Amino acid sequence: MSVDTETVKRVAKLARIAIDDEAASRMTGELNAILGFVEQLNEVDVAGVEPMTSVIPMAMRMRADEVTDGNKAADIVANAPAQADNFFMVPKVVE
Amino acid sequence: MTELTKLTISEIRAGLRAKDFTALELTEAYLSEIEKANGKINAYVAVTADKAREMARASDERIAQGEARPLEGVPVGVKDLFATEGVHTQACSHILDGFKPPYESTVTANLWNDGAVMLGKLNMDEFAMGSSNETSYYGPVINPWRADDSDRDLVPGGSSGGSAAAVAAQLCAGATATDTGGSIRQPAAFTATVGIKPTYGRCSRWGIVAFASSLDQAGPITRDVRDAAIMLKSMASVDLKDTTSVDVPVPDYEAALGQSVKGLKIGIPKEYRVDGMPAEIEALWQKGIDWLRDAGAEIVDISLPHTKYALATYYIVAPAEASSNLARYDGVRYGLRVPGKDIIEMYENTRAAGFGREVKRRILIGTYVLSAGYYDAYYVKAQKVRTLIKRDFDLAFEAGVDAILTPATPSAAFGIADETLHNDPVKMYLNDIFTVTVNMAGLPGMSVPAGLDSKGLPLGLQLIGRPFDEETLFRVAHVIEQSAGRFEPKRWW
Repeated sequence: MSVDTETVKRVAKLARIAIDDEAASRMTGELNAILGFVEQLNEVDVAGVEPMTSVIPMAMRMRADEVTDGNKAADIVANAPAQADNFFMVPKVVE
Repeated sequence: MTELTKLTISEIRAGLRAKDFTALELTEAYLSEIEKANGKINAYVAVTADKAREMARASDERIAQGEARPLEGVPVGVKDLFATEGVHTQACSHILDGFKPPYESTVTANLWNDGAVMLGKLNMDEFAMGSSNETSYYGPVINPWRADDSDRDLVPGGSSGGSAAAVAAQLCAGATATDTGGSIRQPAAFTATVGIKPTYGRCSRWGIVAFASSLDQAGPITRDVRDAAIMLKSMASVDLKDTTSVDVPVPDYEAALGQSVKGLKIGIPKEYRVDGMPAEIEALWQKGIDWLRDAGAEIVDISLPHTKYALATYYIVAPAEASSNLARYDGVRYGLRVPGKDIIEMYENTRAAGFGREVKRRILIGTYVLSAGYYDAYYVKAQKVRTLIKRDFDLAFEAGVDAILTPATPSAAFGIADETLHNDPVKMYLNDIFTVTVNMAGLPGMSVPAGLDSKGLPLGLQLIGRPFDEETLFRVAHVIEQSAGRFEPKRWW
């Protein structure tokens, strides 16, 4: 399977990465090299094989539903490019 | 003073106990070396001199009280991927400009609780994506090793290039690193250092900037096998904040060194003998086999039939997980923000400016293989092949193999800005061909320096073990190290 520049632009949109025509065209070649490489997986017979969802066989550990942390709003916004009153400030989201 | 930086972690431990020098003197020696060398090697992206001195002084007090902890006073470097409270943590990416976490990663907290001293943060491939440390926002790391016949700058490997170079150039006594597809083992092999990626779940991933959550694992890079055992014991722990962290006691890994390998079954997988493999690598592998056989181990030929699909599987699974993990870098809560006319444009501009080429490439591949219409054909298929890759190893271990021996890399360190590698992403990816299988299966893997190639560059051998049986790896690695000897680069910096 291979991609064209239009597909790369669409994928870039999904990934929220701005991409100009020159970069899109370069990426198309590079992505096709990678996709060409992974084509070999078509050779593998995976009939009856489960996808690996857990690296080490274990059930996910649950913790007690208790509040054990919090009241750290200042810490949480400390690295923000723009913040006010412990809110993250961003360009208008809703028209 | 320089003599102090030659000491290994176990020698530091003995020296501090015997009061041959103080922790502060040791830390000052390292800070002075870093100042002289870092301009040439570029291993450190942030040096925490004041903090290091403060920690060293505290260590000296504890030593004076007779309360020395396992790593008391030992100066270490920390890969820029680990959250270090109040200190530069950017995964060597522009998109995390200025980020200083208000918390500490569990692995580094473990080290400071055991008395280690933080010298600074180490350079790495951006977001741990790379095999040469050339994708870092802070520029490449230069390998302290050079070929006998050339002045050419070589890569230290990646993504933990800064960690490996710092250890090899004696700019720290040991370093933390991470490994997702080979990022501890490959740079260790390129720099004649020891690197171990423990079993998935052995070390907590909490506070480590995530790349591929089902593959990432922290581990040490050190000058010898004993030091790696000492550091891993401190780094490993079960952590309730990481649900993939496994509750298995942490053994005294150091105790495994010196234990006999008589009767241990060492598997040699035929599929690791790849087309076009350099004769020197094949010869080194054979030497490793001979050393272990001479030490009484039983050598067994094994087959891991799905080996050849591991790299392709990795380049679907890892980018897919990365595309999800890196979605959080959007200019809202931390790091770089590039303005846009609306929020979508802000996201797009920020991520375009903030991420480097390799990271963007992997996010795009990952997004594509997870997108509607392609998810089953790529991601689910890859996860099924991953089950088969793991099963190959399970069957070998069930048949009685205790550890598996393979080469660590298909070549020695290559040149910085190598043209062919830069224009062909897949060629660069092939550097990980011997290491990715281990991450896919969640097994522990170690690289041990085993020899030099015809140009005098380091080559390593890889040992792969059963889950949570790092002790056997240390046991066998020690035998290889005793046979191969230690290798140090000729100082050009």
